[in-house]
Amino acid sequence: MRVHVDPSKCQGHNRCYALAPELFDVDDYGNAFELNDGVVPAGLEDKARLALANCPEFAISIEE
Amino acid sequence: MTSVYGPATNWATDFDHADPEYNKNIHKIWDDLKTSGCPIAHTDRYGGAWLPLTYEMVHEISYDTTHFSSRSPVVGQLKPSEIPDAVPAPVGGVPPISSDPPFHAGARHLLLPIFAPKKIDPLNSVIREFCHKLIDDMGDKEFVDGAVEYAQNIPVMVVAHLLGFPLEDADQFRVWIRSALEDVGEAREQRETDQLALADYINKHIDQRIENPGDDLISYLLNAEMEGEKLSREHVFGTVALALIAGIDTTWSALGSSLLHLANNSVDRRRLVENPSMIAQAIEEFLRAYAPVTMARLVTEDMDFHGVQMKKEDWVLLPFPAANRDEKEFPNAATVDIDREINRHTAFGLGIHRCIGSNLARLELNVAIEVFLERFPDFEQDTKEEVKWSLGQVRGPRKLPLRIVTRT
Repeated sequence: MRVHVDPSKCQGHNRCYALAPELFDVDDYGNAFELNDGVVPAGLEDKARLALANCPEFAISIEE
Repeated sequence: MTSVYGPATNWATDFDHADPEYNKNIHKIWDDLKTSGCPIAHTDRYGGAWLPLTYEMVHEISYDTTHFSSRSPVVGQLKPSEIPDAVPAPVGGVPPISSDPPFHAGARHLLLPIFAPKKIDPLNSVIREFCHKLIDDMGDKEFVDGAVEYAQNIPVMVVAHLLGFPLEDADQFRVWIRSALEDVGEAREQRETDQLALADYINKHIDQRIENPGDDLISYLLNAEMEGEKLSREHVFGTVALALIAGIDTTWSALGSSLLHLANNSVDRRRLVENPSMIAQAIEEFLRAYAPVTMARLVTEDMDFHGVQMKKEDWVLLPFPAANRDEKEFPNAATVDIDREINRHTAFGLGIHRCIGSNLARLELNVAIEVFLERFPDFEQDTKEEVKWSLGQVRGPRKLPLRIVTRT
């Protein structure tokens, strides 16, 4: 599984970073990006889905 | 205090968001409007305003900066075009919240680092200590006002800290903020006098920081550049005014509504007392269900919007709190469920104007609720006294009578 934050949609709500800090980080402007090229380590798939489902801007996508 | 418009006579055709009955009965008013087939209410008050109530419409307006300008995010009796010295679009009087593209992006970009999570997190201990002090100050009183003695003080302290304003001036800030946000339906003269006093206060501090720069937002703005140019005095002034006005009543309101919920829902309260790690998710649900902030837009050209004819310069209220209670986006929207895991709420707005202080607001809410529950594991609403709600676009309790049952 891979996650991706679309930087053109992210507005810095930081929901993904709060819910899944293993998968997302934020830059000095508070905008989110995926860690580890978006590769989701085994066992963290639910966290990835949770982050996607809580992004108010629909900026996160998942490749299964 | 009396509105120049008098009480609202019909919520569908003559609504008034600053009528005391509106914030008090807001959920019933929205439900009645929606079930009577009126998802967009209208009023001739304030020179004409619309109130769209669905998530879909709020979402659409938030992203459509072409047809909906942010030039004046608080509805007033006069449109900006009727105010001779109003700062024109795309800048507006309080950038970047009042700004439209293309100016908006640059003005926001220079503020984002100040409010980014890693910049904000170190304030945790300052806020925590302050919250404990507020509770210490209550002594062993059985009855306390959660809004006045607790919630309102926390964001004032944080904003004063950010701007380098003395905390002793807090009572004065609150008068000016109330005037700016709540007294929109009152006779204009008092509000104009208050705005001049606020302007004098801010200008005095800007002059002081020019002489003696410090480690505060005003000094940062005076040094900042946009496209290689220093900011205009007008821009610095507007952003300082924004930081003062936008960060206080909003957070105060969200915190007060959350405490009111916990006072009346002992099961939720006990679960959070026993499992403080659940507080963050519960706060997201409180932000959804009791979102405090409705923004406003101005229509830029005559248009049809979902079947209603909007005219250039009409106000459009952007009720994020109503969007958050739309059943189509949030199943069982009327139920406050602290176990709600999927929660794409819009309490901090959507699109380019996402509340820039949202990380700070969340930190304040989390710490303030953690400390309150730690010190007062059992409390309830004191129903002998009435909860008093704010007026206007920021909704929250301004009087929150609580009875403290147990304290530590």
